[in-house]
Amino acid sequence: MMNNFDRMLSSEDVMRRRASFLQRIHVDGPLLIILLTLAAGSLFVLYSASGKNWDLLLKQATSFGIGLVSMFVIAQLEPRFMARWVPLAYLTGVLLLVVVDVMGHNAMGATRWINIPGVIRFQPSEFMKIIMPATIAWYLSKRTLPPHLKHVAISLVLIGVPFILIVRQPDLGTALLILASGAFVLFMGGLRWRWILSVLAATVPVAVAMWFFVMHDYQKQRVLTFLDPESDPLGTGWNIIQSKAAIGSGGVFGKGWLLGTQSHLDFLPESHTDFIIAVLGEEFGLVGICLLLIVYLLLIGRGLMITAQAQTLFGKLLAGSLTMTFFVYVFVNIGMVSGLLPVVGVPLPFISYGGTSLVTLLSAFGVLMSIHTHRKWIAQV
Amino acid sequence: MSQPIRLKDHEKDARLVRNRVVVGAVAVMLLICVLIARLYYLQIIQYDYHSTLSENNRVHVQPIPPTRGLIFDRNGVVIADNRPSFSLSMTRERAGDWQQVLDSIVEILELTPDDRALFEKRMRQGRRPFEPVPILFELNEEQIARVAVNQFRLPGVEVVAQLVRHYPQGAHFAHSVGYVGRINEKELKTLDPVNYSGTHHIGKTGIERFYEATLHGQVGYEEVETNARGRVLRVLKRTDPKPGKDIVLSLDIRLQEAAEAALAGRRGAVVALDPRTGEVLAMVSQPSFDPNLFVTGISFKAYAELRDSIDRPLFNRILRGLYPPGSTIKPAVAIAGLDSGAVTPSSRVFDPGYYQLPNYDHKYRNWNRSGDGWVDLDTAIMRSNDTYFYDLAHKMGIDRLSSYMNKFGIGQRVSLDMFEESAGLMPSREWKRATRRQAWFPGETLILGIGQGYMQATPLQLAQATALIANKGVWNRPHLAKTIEGEPPVDENPMPDIVLRDKADWARVTHGMEQVMHGARGTARKAAIGAQYRIAGKSGTAQVVAIKQGEKYDRNKLQERHRDHALFVAFAPAEDPKIVVSVMVENGESGSGVAAPVVRQIMDAWLLDENGRLKPELAPVTATQESPL
Repeated sequence: MMNNFDRMLSSEDVMRRRASFLQRIHVDGPLLIILLTLAAGSLFVLYSASGKNWDLLLKQATSFGIGLVSMFVIAQLEPRFMARWVPLAYLTGVLLLVVVDVMGHNAMGATRWINIPGVIRFQPSEFMKIIMPATIAWYLSKRTLPPHLKHVAISLVLIGVPFILIVRQPDLGTALLILASGAFVLFMGGLRWRWILSVLAATVPVAVAMWFFVMHDYQKQRVLTFLDPESDPLGTGWNIIQSKAAIGSGGVFGKGWLLGTQSHLDFLPESHTDFIIAVLGEEFGLVGICLLLIVYLLLIGRGLMITAQAQTLFGKLLAGSLTMTFFVYVFVNIGMVSGLLPVVGVPLPFISYGGTSLVTLLSAFGVLMSIHTHRKWIAQV
Repeated sequence: MSQPIRLKDHEKDARLVRNRVVVGAVAVMLLICVLIARLYYLQIIQYDYHSTLSENNRVHVQPIPPTRGLIFDRNGVVIADNRPSFSLSMTRERAGDWQQVLDSIVEILELTPDDRALFEKRMRQGRRPFEPVPILFELNEEQIARVAVNQFRLPGVEVVAQLVRHYPQGAHFAHSVGYVGRINEKELKTLDPVNYSGTHHIGKTGIERFYEATLHGQVGYEEVETNARGRVLRVLKRTDPKPGKDIVLSLDIRLQEAAEAALAGRRGAVVALDPRTGEVLAMVSQPSFDPNLFVTGISFKAYAELRDSIDRPLFNRILRGLYPPGSTIKPAVAIAGLDSGAVTPSSRVFDPGYYQLPNYDHKYRNWNRSGDGWVDLDTAIMRSNDTYFYDLAHKMGIDRLSSYMNKFGIGQRVSLDMFEESAGLMPSREWKRATRRQAWFPGETLILGIGQGYMQATPLQLAQATALIANKGVWNRPHLAKTIEGEPPVDENPMPDIVLRDKADWARVTHGMEQVMHGARGTARKAAIGAQYRIAGKSGTAQVVAIKQGEKYDRNKLQERHRDHALFVAFAPAEDPKIVVSVMVENGESGSGVAAPVVRQIMDAWLLDENGRLKPELAPVTATQESPL
């Protein structure tokens, strides 16, 4: 009898019983372990990259704490609850972006911040990094899949408005990431390959036409230095030349912790923020970077698993998009520092110094945890 | 019925997403492989290369400043070139305790604490790591030797040769070509940091400033490998700078010198231009100064001396000096009167020595108190008769007069390529309402007719107004650059030509101006004696202090600096003008007596050859003509 009953339970149900405490507080164990590993690694590398700056380390640790709390709180929210409030959050986000836009132009300069002195200070574009995919996921989850042309068009409008507002700040890097996070929802929703390919194919002639008929010489020059920073070695190219030398001189095993010369002699700019991977590469070599990539892969793998196992369409689309966007961060940052991609200001997730991006990232993983831990088991069986 | 379909959809959706998750996972793996391949390339294949770079410390990118474009006069005489000069520079990262090294420099070169403060300021200015900062310019041989002997005490300090601007003609072109100076903090904020990364000087005034972008060129760079002491071991990559473009000016150094000689040490301004093209041939503002003083930094004392001198050598009288044009504006006013129909070539006015508005007591005096009797246009210009022009201005009214004078460039910036030109002032009803909150009074129109009142113009504007009469209304903005690397400058904001209803009016006014020089009663006939060509000219005086009604100008009562400025404008040869000259002699009092001979000397220098005969290219015109006097 007992034996029989056991056999009737799904394997997941067994896991639920084992992890029941974490399940009840809506925390995903594997994700938490990976995140804590990354946090420890970050502080370790930052100590070297910042030139043994304890203040900076303490700040980063504090940000981690705040981020974990934020993650924990968000994990308690039911996905259904999120889906209900997402449209309002989206409208609020767009409104704040408009406010930033107007303020920026009044102040005759670029601004990305909403700043009420003494009360709050934050970047609405950061907020949109989670709201954007959630909005598209909410919209598509109510339609039949794969999405019809009309629904794709409406999704593109929903993505386009905040995109343009953020481009105007101007913050092209963030705008492109937000565009990607929306686009990944469409991709996860089964956007037809035909359309994906035709958009990609159309990009080439449009770009060529822009080049020859629309752009001025100085704009062309900017695009050229953007695509090939090393052609401008006195400007952004300098960073790339130095970061390549730093990574390359690391070799297989690296020069050892705290022994990187490029970063410690001030050759490497922004060594503790966007270019921190160069420090890792110099001090820990190819092995060090590969280890980091493996941890990232575990995180992404867990994210994709959560996507596949999510019960609601909203959950699937949102989890898939957040995971893929996370990968884009990693790829763009490492590609940029190693001279594969143009220089856009994208930090290396969890490793680069910076509180804002840390809190946003951990919040996004809070959403993944919520999606995973609020599943209804009975319905599954 | 709908229930089973929904269920089926749900399963299909799940399958769809799962497929996409697989695609996503494959893409992630592929891209991670790309990253690893890239890192493999950098860290394994290129390891030796990068390792050596890093080991020997290291790659530096050194900007190579472009060579600044040269400036020539129209005959190819060099006005601005670049000469090698030695400067002392320091690299902070290599200096160790750089404050202490600064102390050593000050001690070794026997400098002052002020210099040290300046060095420290320069060291603290924005720069990238390992970039040498120049702290002391124009080292002499002794200083170079002292640095060399004490090199062991000066880590990170080196003597660098660089090209520095030099003006071989000294003070001749200070007010037209201007000068370059050290880039200051304010300029640093607006400059392109990359293109100016190796540049220490920038155009401050004149042509140097106006054509800064053209003259500067495009920065080049060198990727070099250096040892730990900062010595360059080898050049890894080099991109040559693009030198700045050379500029050939329309100025002629011989005419410039002749104009300065003609002023004979007086304070004043001369503009000579070619009316057919707008090319400026000479541009003199006296006294002048040596622009070389400003290139490497002028001492405070020397600067204060220039700035506070009562003769104001730094003041550009040609472009910034504002003077009431006086009677020199009468030819333009005459054109306006004829074209608007206020007067005709034959209409006459009786001059009893003054003019009165109906119902007003105030007498507007002619300069000749006894009066010229009946006066027509030709006589009015020849005699510079004020009464005729009071009457003309009154008939035209302020609105039409103001609009015509604007067409002649009064109250407008007229030049094409001159830095900080003043627009002058041509008053109008609207101007007076806006600035003085007062209505326009008819009497104010009258005095505008003789170039007094609110009207103010620069010597350049007077030259251009005269050139328009010489050129029959065709506008060519006066410009200094004849060609920039062979290309003439382009006027992107051309002024509309002045088109008259009766083209013969140009000849009528020109005839009046010829009578000024060659007529029996012409006011400046003395200046034209012996001329081998016909001159059309007009004198004027600009009041420095106002004289009360009923009082007489008495030079003995006035201090020298309060005497009237003497003005004269003219062009020649009158029938085929090749040169327009405008002269202002500060406190010179008499336009026809003092300024007109200056004009004549300049014209002779331009139109006659070394034997005192008309240049051959002008000969056919004068062959049929006798000497006028």
